[in-house]
Amino acid sequence: MRRFLRPGHDPVRERLKRDLFQFNKTVEHGFPHQPSALGYSPFLRLMAIGTRSGAIKLYGAPGVEFMGLHEENNTVMQIHFIPDQCQLVTLLDDNSLHLWSLKQHGGTSELREEHRFTLKGPPGSPPSATQVTAVLPHSSREVLYLGTESGNIFVVELPSFRVLEDRTITPEAVLQRIPEDNCNRRSCELVEALREHPKNPDQILIGYSRGLIVLWDLQNNKGTHHFLGSQQLENLYWQRDGSKFISCHYDGSYTQWPVSSDNRQSEPLENTVPYGPFPCKAISKIYWQTTKNGLPYIIFQGGMPRASYGDRHSISVIHGSQQTAFDFTSRVIDFFIIFSSDPAAEFDDPSALVVLAEEELVVIDLKSAGWPAVQPPYLASLHCSAITCSHHVSNIPLKLWERIISAGSKQNIHYSSMPWPIDGGTNIAPDPPQRDLLLTGHEDGTVRFWDASGVCLHLLYKLSTVKVFLTDADPNDNMNTLGEDEWPPLRKVGTFDPYSDDPRLGIQKIYLCKYSGYLAVAGTAGQVLVMELNDEDAEHVVDHAEADLLQDQEGYRWKGHEKLKTRDGPVRFEAGFQPFVLVQCQPPAVVTSLALHSEWKLVAFGTSHGFGLFDHQQKRLVFVKCTLHPSDQLALEGPLSRVKSLKKSLRQSFRRIRRSRVSSRKRRGGGGNASEVQEANAKFDQDVLQEMELAPVQRKIEARSAEDSFTGFVRTLYFADTFLRDSSRHCPSLWAGTNGGTVYAFCLRVPPAERRMDEPVRAEQAKEIQLMHRAPVVGILVLDGRSTPLPEPLEVAHDLSKSPDMQGSHQLLVVSEEQFKVFTLPKVSSKLKLKLTALEGCRVRKVTVANFGSCKTDDYSENDLAVLTNLGDIQIISLPFLKLQIRYPCIRKEDVSGIASCVFTKYGQGFYLISPSEFERFSLSTKWLVEPRCIVDMPEVTSNNHVHKSGTENAARKSSPGDCGEDERKSERLMEHALLNDEKVLKEIQSTLEGGR
Amino acid sequence: MNRAQRAAAGSRGLGTMEVKSKFGAEFRRFSLERSKPGKFEEFYGLLQHVHKIPNVDVLVGYTDIHGDLLPINNDDNYHKAVSTANPLLRIFIQRKEDADYSAFGTDTMTRKKNVLSNVLRPDNHKKKPHIVISMPQDFRPVSSIIDVDILPETHRRVRLYKYGTDKPLGFYIRDGSSVRVTPHGLEKVPGIFISRLVPGGLAQSTGLLAVNDEVLEVNGIEVSGKSLDQVTDMMIANSRNLIITVRPANQRNNVVRNSRTSGSSGQSTESSLPSSTPNILGNLLQEEESDEEDIIIEDNGEPQQIPKAAPSSESIESLSQIELLHESTQNGFLPSSEMNLNHSAGSISMEYEVPEPGPKSLEEDGTIITL
Repeated sequence: MRRFLRPGHDPVRERLKRDLFQFNKTVEHGFPHQPSALGYSPFLRLMAIGTRSGAIKLYGAPGVEFMGLHEENNTVMQIHFIPDQCQLVTLLDDNSLHLWSLKQHGGTSELREEHRFTLKGPPGSPPSATQVTAVLPHSSREVLYLGTESGNIFVVELPSFRVLEDRTITPEAVLQRIPEDNCNRRSCELVEALREHPKNPDQILIGYSRGLIVLWDLQNNKGTHHFLGSQQLENLYWQRDGSKFISCHYDGSYTQWPVSSDNRQSEPLENTVPYGPFPCKAISKIYWQTTKNGLPYIIFQGGMPRASYGDRHSISVIHGSQQTAFDFTSRVIDFFIIFSSDPAAEFDDPSALVVLAEEELVVIDLKSAGWPAVQPPYLASLHCSAITCSHHVSNIPLKLWERIISAGSKQNIHYSSMPWPIDGGTNIAPDPPQRDLLLTGHEDGTVRFWDASGVCLHLLYKLSTVKVFLTDADPNDNMNTLGEDEWPPLRKVGTFDPYSDDPRLGIQKIYLCKYSGYLAVAGTAGQVLVMELNDEDAEHVVDHAEADLLQDQEGYRWKGHEKLKTRDGPVRFEAGFQPFVLVQCQPPAVVTSLALHSEWKLVAFGTSHGFGLFDHQQKRLVFVKCTLHPSDQLALEGPLSRVKSLKKSLRQSFRRIRRSRVSSRKRRGGGGNASEVQEANAKFDQDVLQEMELAPVQRKIEARSAEDSFTGFVRTLYFADTFLRDSSRHCPSLWAGTNGGTVYAFCLRVPPAERRMDEPVRAEQAKEIQLMHRAPVVGILVLDGRSTPLPEPLEVAHDLSKSPDMQGSHQLLVVSEEQFKVFTLPKVSSKLKLKLTALEGCRVRKVTVANFGSCKTDDYSENDLAVLTNLGDIQIISLPFLKLQIRYPCIRKEDVSGIASCVFTKYGQGFYLISPSEFERFSLSTKWLVEPRCIVDMPEVTSNNHVHKSGTENAARKSSPGDCGEDERKSERLMEHALLNDEKVLKEIQSTLEGGR
Repeated sequence: MNRAQRAAAGSRGLGTMEVKSKFGAEFRRFSLERSKPGKFEEFYGLLQHVHKIPNVDVLVGYTDIHGDLLPINNDDNYHKAVSTANPLLRIFIQRKEDADYSAFGTDTMTRKKNVLSNVLRPDNHKKKPHIVISMPQDFRPVSSIIDVDILPETHRRVRLYKYGTDKPLGFYIRDGSSVRVTPHGLEKVPGIFISRLVPGGLAQSTGLLAVNDEVLEVNGIEVSGKSLDQVTDMMIANSRNLIITVRPANQRNNVVRNSRTSGSSGQSTESSLPSSTPNILGNLLQEEESDEEDIIIEDNGEPQQIPKAAPSSESIESLSQIELLHESTQNGFLPSSEMNLNHSAGSISMEYEVPEPGPKSLEEDGTIITL
């Protein structure tokens, strides 16, 4: 057998392999796991999201995506775009700053880290002296103001991150001009906010945590105004004209302050507690947006009454008499407003509110009445209910595609029609070669249809199976009910809803026939639904059948969940996929395999007890087969009760570890030294690890026997028209493979179309193969006379596939977790095998036939097996000779859920979950590759803006000659430095000069 | 007896063979057609007839050309006995109830005197604490140390045959580290070790493996660089014919070779694996081919071994084996397995109340079965 494993040294084949196979991880779909920071550049119209694992992702127009990863894998705390530049600065929780830039390279833009920097205090100073709390990129693009815990504001030069020490704004300097009786040294601790004056770049507003706000003149290096807030400060926001600013506070209030040239110490114009009078939670961020009609938009996060709504994650929008508190199902990380970015415009005219919550992105259209949500074209929350399975269908016929889209559009009427407001960059990727659907099954009994053709995974249609069943809590889908007199005016937004009414509703298996539009879904409580696509609403009765997989045998007791109760009488279904048949397995164990043959109108399903075949044309159960082994008690007790308890105990022990870690931290506490605590934690982790290593990990070596648990578990079902009995007549057949290494083959007699309704479908067991190695059978496939896998049902009828060769002899490929075996048909004799596990110690987790086209010649393509192993490797194995072609490491072997979630496409691509909310897309093919290709140009506005800004700056400088000549000389030198070092800057300045002429 | 004598007298031709049969103190002589010896069953009947012991269960043995006393209990060894007998076939018959199995085997020549006296005078034979060691019903491979000639002395290659026993493999492995000689001097490298033997398991009962032995190879594949789980899966995948190369923790029981001429010796001091092992294992893996044959049940009929598709010497061999087994069942030498067969056929229709060993024997013998 070794001869089949040795990589061929045939140079022609080697060359061909290079033309066929190539591994790439191309794009991450879905919503970033654990987002921690949000940034937006109105100039580039790009949004940036940072995560707790140190990733930074940029999004613009659909298809425009960039991703970067900080080496440290530390949490991204803040993201700030440099005004009017393709650059951004990130602040991590280790207090390091990173400068990223978008550079064009080979026709596309790339995000790259340029510099990193950590602020260093003078020797001996406490770390809090340099702990950055606020970052302000100055509009001059040359410097960054860094507010710290100590109250110092450091100035660093860009892009070199050189600290300009003489420009540091110290608390002492700030306090000089403030009357002693109002303030002491402590009022200048911790800079909470830094805001540049919208009109005058020489003025910045400094907000200290204890409520003191100072307007600082950068030219004269002194405070011109100060404002004394009585409450702890959370954030600041300038009004567009710079005449007023607004501050928000810890007690849930916000205050407007006037800035007038005559009065150096202002009293607040207005102090409001929007959700008072009872104690409220902090307002952590606020916007004040002006409009033409004079009524401003006041948008703030938090501020809810502490006692009754303190647990809500809300953002309130107040516009005149309209007020809505958008209520999010997960914590709000940050938000921003998209408003007129033209500096010459008189009003803000906000158009959209963009909110990054912990589990989803929500965009609210502020222009349309009722402030409807906008459906994002990307960043979909795949996990709005936990994903339980996925199914991919390639190359969807246009007709079906359009019907699904039209069904989906009827569901999306409550969304705003506003075009997607974050539209920076240009997508230059070619149109996807075909229409692909990714179907995800969810815990709440829904199936979501995603457009997986391109870079943006986009929700087309959502199907719910809940209506067929009677559940305790009837789903109240109407999320937009808004009681008129309710206060606060909460309104639920977003789709993230991790709570399932009934876990039995969970979808476990999906099968869609793209030619007929038949869809079969199967769930946790043994329910199998067959559906048909209907473009209209309809009310009808779902036919109901029961399949007793134990065949009335006595002695079994099912201790698991009960079967779902069905709704009697007709049910109203909206346009889309409407169920017409429900089969419920008895006992109601989770459905573990599913197959649908749309031409024969048959659906096969299997559980841990056996499998059955249902005729959905005549709505009649054809047969059931029990696969249970007598000694397999586990299968009878219910859904993995022991596994659950193991999980529970694991969880408990982790909790214990965490608790002890927390207490150890507390013991050390008091110092408040973050890095020290971190170090201690790391050390503790190490100790725990070492302790774990001390306990010897042993593995038992034992042959599998028939008495092992779950041998009857049906892993795979397959329909084939092949030679099962004799070599002269082929007939429809159903194949089933179990966990115990048994393959059952049933010969089917399907009446011809004209008598289809009159005669029953008959089935007869024809073969039973017991693999001696007893490993679970994960795949069954019949190869035709040309050694090509049999086509899908109806594929030939739609002229999309050559009809299979029925002359030559057929072969049966059985893939177990350990071996690949080819047998001849109809007389079963073994022909070839590949013992994967015996040779490599890895086991097959997923296997699919994939078609690989050559990137060199259009007319060459071949079928191979794409295999994912338990080590997370992907192997390509040739058909029909079972030779290993190539192997790529893909998923970490510890990432069990990632490996379990992997789904291959028919054309050598695949998806797997890298977090509950994100699919990683990968490609094994040189020909079919979906990856973001996009370009971000510096918009035209740049040069004008730049001239304008630098013009005012120069003017300001000239207006105060001699005041700080030293400073000016230095900045000139800096400029020179920049010119010499950065060709791009040089070119840009040249172009602005030319533009100016 | 008369008939036998007559036959012996009248057939001193080329095609006949003289048989001298001894039961107790009595001798009988007769002759057989060498080319057509017939079946063992017939021969057995003939012996009972000539000794006039029609209802006595006896054990039949013969002395081969080396003088070893070997059993005749099936067609195979009967034919062997007939074909090798030159010129005389000496048959010894013992009552089954007082048979001395230890008399059989090699080197009985040197013990001949004793053996014969034991056979001849069973009554005088001083009974040792009686351990009943059954006759081998069928030849089958057993667990053993193999490839001694080609491996370094510090290593030991053990073949564990799960085949045909009910014993579990019965051992555990763990991660550990061992010291190796590398170009950079001594280095600590991770390794896989045997951590525990299950009492009564195959591993323990063969005595070929011990706790803390380092596992170097599994069926010819080096385990270095593989995780504990990988090695576990490899061993389980090969569990029906598991070949483990170990470096025994106890190096004092190593096989000491007399000459250094054979194989790849001279590497005994080397502690890492010889680079040529994959080649050495070529034949091992080939052998392994035949070990596990899947079973097919057609149309709810009889379970059959799935044959190889391409006609090869192997498949012919297995065919002949099938025939043999058919007959041995008829002989009633495998009555228990016949019983099992009935059960196993029944078990297809799921008689789940009786936890009977049917499918198991099916699987483990890997043999063909009739109803």
